[in-house]
Amino acid sequence: MFRYYLKLGLLGIRQNPILSGLMVAAIAIGIGACMTMVTIHYVMSGDPIPQKSDQLFYVQLDSWSPTEPADEPNEPPDQVTYLDATALLKAGNARRQVVSYRSGRVIEPAGQESRPFEIDARSTTSDFFAMFSVPFLYGSGWDASADANREQVVVLDRATNERLFGGENSVGERIVMNGDSYRVTGVLDEWLPIPKFYDLTTGEFNDPESVYFPFSVSIDKEIPGHGNTNCWKPVPDGGWQSFLNSECVWMQFWVELHGDEEVREYQAFLDAYAESQKALGRFQRPLNNRLSDVMTHLENGEVVDQSVRILLVLAVLFLVVCLLNTIGLLLAKVMRRSGDICLRRALGAPRAAVFSQYIVEAGVIGLCGGALGVLLTWLGLQGVRGLYSDLEFVKNLAQLDWVMVLTAVVLAILSALGAALYPTWQACRIHPASQLKTL
Amino acid sequence: MLRMTKLSKVYRTDSVETHALREFSLQVDEGEFVSVTGPSGSGKTTFLNIAGLLEEFTSGSYELDGRDVAGLDDRERSKLRNEKIGFIFQNFNLIPELDIFDNVDVPLRYRGFNAAERRKRIEHVLDMVGLSSRSKHLPSQLSGGQQQRVAIARALAGEPRFLLADEPTGNLDSQMASSVMDLLHEIHGAGTTIIMVTHEANLASQSQRNIYVRDGRVSSEPGLALANAANG
Repeated sequence: MFRYYLKLGLLGIRQNPILSGLMVAAIAIGIGACMTMVTIHYVMSGDPIPQKSDQLFYVQLDSWSPTEPADEPNEPPDQVTYLDATALLKAGNARRQVVSYRSGRVIEPAGQESRPFEIDARSTTSDFFAMFSVPFLYGSGWDASADANREQVVVLDRATNERLFGGENSVGERIVMNGDSYRVTGVLDEWLPIPKFYDLTTGEFNDPESVYFPFSVSIDKEIPGHGNTNCWKPVPDGGWQSFLNSECVWMQFWVELHGDEEVREYQAFLDAYAESQKALGRFQRPLNNRLSDVMTHLENGEVVDQSVRILLVLAVLFLVVCLLNTIGLLLAKVMRRSGDICLRRALGAPRAAVFSQYIVEAGVIGLCGGALGVLLTWLGLQGVRGLYSDLEFVKNLAQLDWVMVLTAVVLAILSALGAALYPTWQACRIHPASQLKTL
Repeated sequence: MLRMTKLSKVYRTDSVETHALREFSLQVDEGEFVSVTGPSGSGKTTFLNIAGLLEEFTSGSYELDGRDVAGLDDRERSKLRNEKIGFIFQNFNLIPELDIFDNVDVPLRYRGFNAAERRKRIEHVLDMVGLSSRSKHLPSQLSGGQQQRVAIARALAGEPRFLLADEPTGNLDSQMASSVMDLLHEIHGAGTTIIMVTHEANLASQSQRNIYVRDGRVSSEPGLALANAANG
């Protein structure tokens, strides 16, 4: 019977094209508005590394002031000091560990015509690429010995490789950054983790950096960070080395741990480390060290802004208003077709058959509304991109994937079915004899 | 067989009670052709609606083909209506956006027949009413008489035991009316029980038995019935 109801549904739509069109438009506009915000929320709150987000842990050590927390109510600092980062790195108690910070470099292309250009760079350690499942187009990252030997090696992202080497395999080639020569060990394939979970302090939706080079080299060359640097007490005079020895937090530390046992052990290690630092006069606050997996880290970092949540609620409310309109239109349609309902009832259709017929018709309307809604969602996202074209990260948020397309269509159908329940119930209650004389 | 015993139907609003049928008793045997006449508002249509299981009654009893219909739920009433009863309406009541084939198909769909069985039955009844060549026409492309023939075909497609006709020729000119009546006689001749509500005495006189309804009751004098129908 489903095919029969489907045929009747399409006939019903053709029979009342204006009413049907209004219903499709109401659903499409509601879905378009709702899904635009849902898509942005979905992208913002998505898991950027689903295959191992429960194995990667962001480390926070409470090295902050004894008189006040780094953040209310009792949050540890969101980054670590150089002293702590290097100590944890040296201890090597996790399967993998990565320290990194964002900096800026100037690349000086070979050839007289090419002009130097600035890029964002990440100073990090060799585990970075394997730990964060970074894809390579050519070559690979550097190994631990390159870190230890302070080798001037570099990994380029795809765009930079395109710019410097025309997209050719540049492994083994050399580039010059700020006057120093670096050997290319690898070129990244397209890589756009959203949010940029590994460093939320430099724009959680910004693009990843253009080049990656060893942390040890970066420290040797006294390259400062381009992200947040927070200190709870003044940095003593003494230049770069004093800054490194200070209580300023400015780098991110990640570890890879498999299973609860490893997490417990590493947490114990962090606490023991903090106790050892207390003995040296540091870490004067009560123990408050954190290991947060990726999704917890994103939640702690409030990646999904409160205003986005409010907009999402408003968009859902707008969809509800559209559906209320749809209910009214469906009621009008049912009333107009009460004669048809009476006739079918007289010819042997039970209430359940009338219900099924109108529910299927509502589903067809929902499907049409969903298809149009996807188009409106796409237009809405283009509008968001256009409106905030000056904000680089918006292009990463305002993108529609197949999951969202499918969600839009399913939501539209479910919305239409929900909206159709009351009118369809009314259709079933129409007395079969009521209009047979007047048809 | 259709048997109604002391059946009553009362319509109630907040302030008014209307007795459409009062202790209405009637038996129609299998194979009969019964006409029902009476003045407007006498309860003819209410009787037909109750007989066709389109309305419930307030009190009394009603047996259709040996089955007490009181207390049947919607699904059972619909099934009984679909299997045992065929309707013919004054206004034909065809679905305008469906072609003739699909109009006749409607009750068969709810009966649950497969496609082959439905096609066989539809072709048979359309052939019977002389419209097999018009199966792909829309109702609006047919004359009134032809539309009523389609309605009769639709009523017959499920091979019902009872045919309930409400003023079946009311919207037709005399020639078409005569043709429709001939068809009804033919159907009756094939064994179908027919109950026909009409205002027209000459049509009522073509039935085997006339029931005259007044004030919601069956008149006790059959002879008077036709005379009153002729006057009314």
